[in-house]
Amino acid sequence: MSDLRDLYQEVIFDHNRHPRNFGPLTDANRHADGFNPLCGDRLTLNLRVKDGVIQDARFEGSGCAISTASASLMTEALKGKTEAEAAVLFDGFHHMVMGEPTTVDLGKLAVLAGVSEFPARVKCASLAWHTLNAALKNEADPVSTE
Amino acid sequence: MFDVAALRSQFPILQREVHGRPLVYLDNAATSQKPRSVIEAERHYYEALNANIHRGVHTLSQEATDAFEAARDKVRDFLKARRREEIIFTRGATEAINLVAHSWGRSQLKPGDEILVSEMEHHANIVPWQLLCEATGAVLKVIPIDERGALVPGAVESMINARTRLVGITQVSNALGTINPVARIIRLAHAVGAVVLVDGAQAVPHLATDVTALDCDFYVFSGHKLYGPTGIGVLYGKQALLEKMPPYQGGGDMISQVTFKKTTYNDLPYKFEAGTPHIAGVVGLGAAIDFVQSVGLEAIAAHEDRLLAHATQLAEGFEGLKIIGTVPGKASILSFVLKGVHPHDIGTILDNEGVAIRTGHHCAMPVMDHFGVPATARASFALYNTTAEVDALFGALRRVEELFLK
Ligand SMILES: Cc1ncc(COP(=O)(O)O)c(C=O)c1O
Repeated sequence: MSDLRDLYQEVIFDHNRHPRNFGPLTDANRHADGFNPLCGDRLTLNLRVKDGVIQDARFEGSGCAISTASASLMTEALKGKTEAEAAVLFDGFHHMVMGEPTTVDLGKLAVLAGVSEFPARVKCASLAWHTLNAALKNEADPVSTE
Repeated sequence: MFDVAALRSQFPILQREVHGRPLVYLDNAATSQKPRSVIEAERHYYEALNANIHRGVHTLSQEATDAFEAARDKVRDFLKARRREEIIFTRGATEAINLVAHSWGRSQLKPGDEILVSEMEHHANIVPWQLLCEATGAVLKVIPIDERGALVPGAVESMINARTRLVGITQVSNALGTINPVARIIRLAHAVGAVVLVDGAQAVPHLATDVTALDCDFYVFSGHKLYGPTGIGVLYGKQALLEKMPPYQGGGDMISQVTFKKTTYNDLPYKFEAGTPHIAGVVGLGAAIDFVQSVGLEAIAAHEDRLLAHATQLAEGFEGLKIIGTVPGKASILSFVLKGVHPHDIGTILDNEGVAIRTGHHCAMPVMDHFGVPATARASFALYNTTAEVDALFGALRRVEELFLK
């Protein structure tokens, strides 16, 4: 039996109640909207990227505990990373939530590993990351997890 | 006496466990579970009767055709339609609505004509009309709902006018449980010469239907919400309307004669049943109707109303819980949100306790927008649910509270 406590770790509750980097980013130069039509979660991600380095990342929107915590943890992890490093994190994170092995050091993001035991929730955890992907490519259309 | 234990024993799936706990299935508005008689009817069909229908002279084909057509008679009786020709089998409510939008709509509507739907419709009763409007230049108008989840009083009267050609209205809302005054809406629509399509997907498992007394022009439902198989549904249409409508799909069975010069179409209902249908599904639907009629819709509704009353009482005593859809006399649907917890998280935690509910927008995004929520949690009750299961739902909600709001 998959244990709920593997999914809902304290860190996740903490980030859900007090999301970090939440709110608008006035001098953003990259932006994307994400939408999970399954649960109605919406996310707006704003980045300030200079010389290939993510200097700031902030998000807005409403979502479940998993998607909110994931977005919050992601924005923390992104600051100071190069776009290439962010792409590596994306890859590692994706493998982790799919329950696949990864050699990427995910640091604090590893608290979301429990999601792999809850297939219905993988999309919640990955919404922020798919939105990041779109923001870095600056895709005009909102991304959808579908 | 309503013997729930005896009824439950007829549903094999209710024996199973989920995450080590007895399954508490409260997602009946999405689809209901199937009694053994329905499963057996499909199995018997494949084991003893399977053949293609309407075209063989051999025994099996005849017997399969008889079983298929007997189910049509059961549906006719179930809906109290005048004639069996008015019963058309589709894949479900969705396809039935699309059939009407396509066939009736494209042959009837012109720019400026108005189609009226309500704000509480399922996407299945919105999107086909939007597509039709795009194709014909007709205009879609939306009857608003109020804070209880009822049609705004007087709105139908003020919105129906000489340009109104069709009203599409759900009899029971899947997201709210609201039961709409469809008989009154039909009278108002007919007074201006408009036709009415009633979406009965959520109504047929709960309310006795009489399309003749109701005088609706079209009525649609899906078998799988009525304890029947997936992939089979029904369109009822008044014969005079159906006769004037062009075919929806072309193919075998729907023709009378085919040449490359000219093809003539089959009579009703076959004109709208192109290709080999879901024969086993139709037979299973017939068995589902037998099952529901043997229990009795009045007894079913009374039982479900008791469950809803009990659930509503517990919900009202649950701190931070807000019921979405509070019209008195609802059908057995309890939609709610919990302060500080997203419905999706509620769904996962309940599932871990063996309790299956639906979380999300319930294919009714405009309803979510209306209430300013991204989603709701929804428990919906069927004839086999028990008071103890309602208690289990609220026990599991306490667990959500412990985890999230401690
Ligand atoms: C009110 C209503 N209409 C239409 C539908 C569509 O039914 P189906 O998906 O079986 O075609 C549903 C199913 O959820 C419903 O609840």
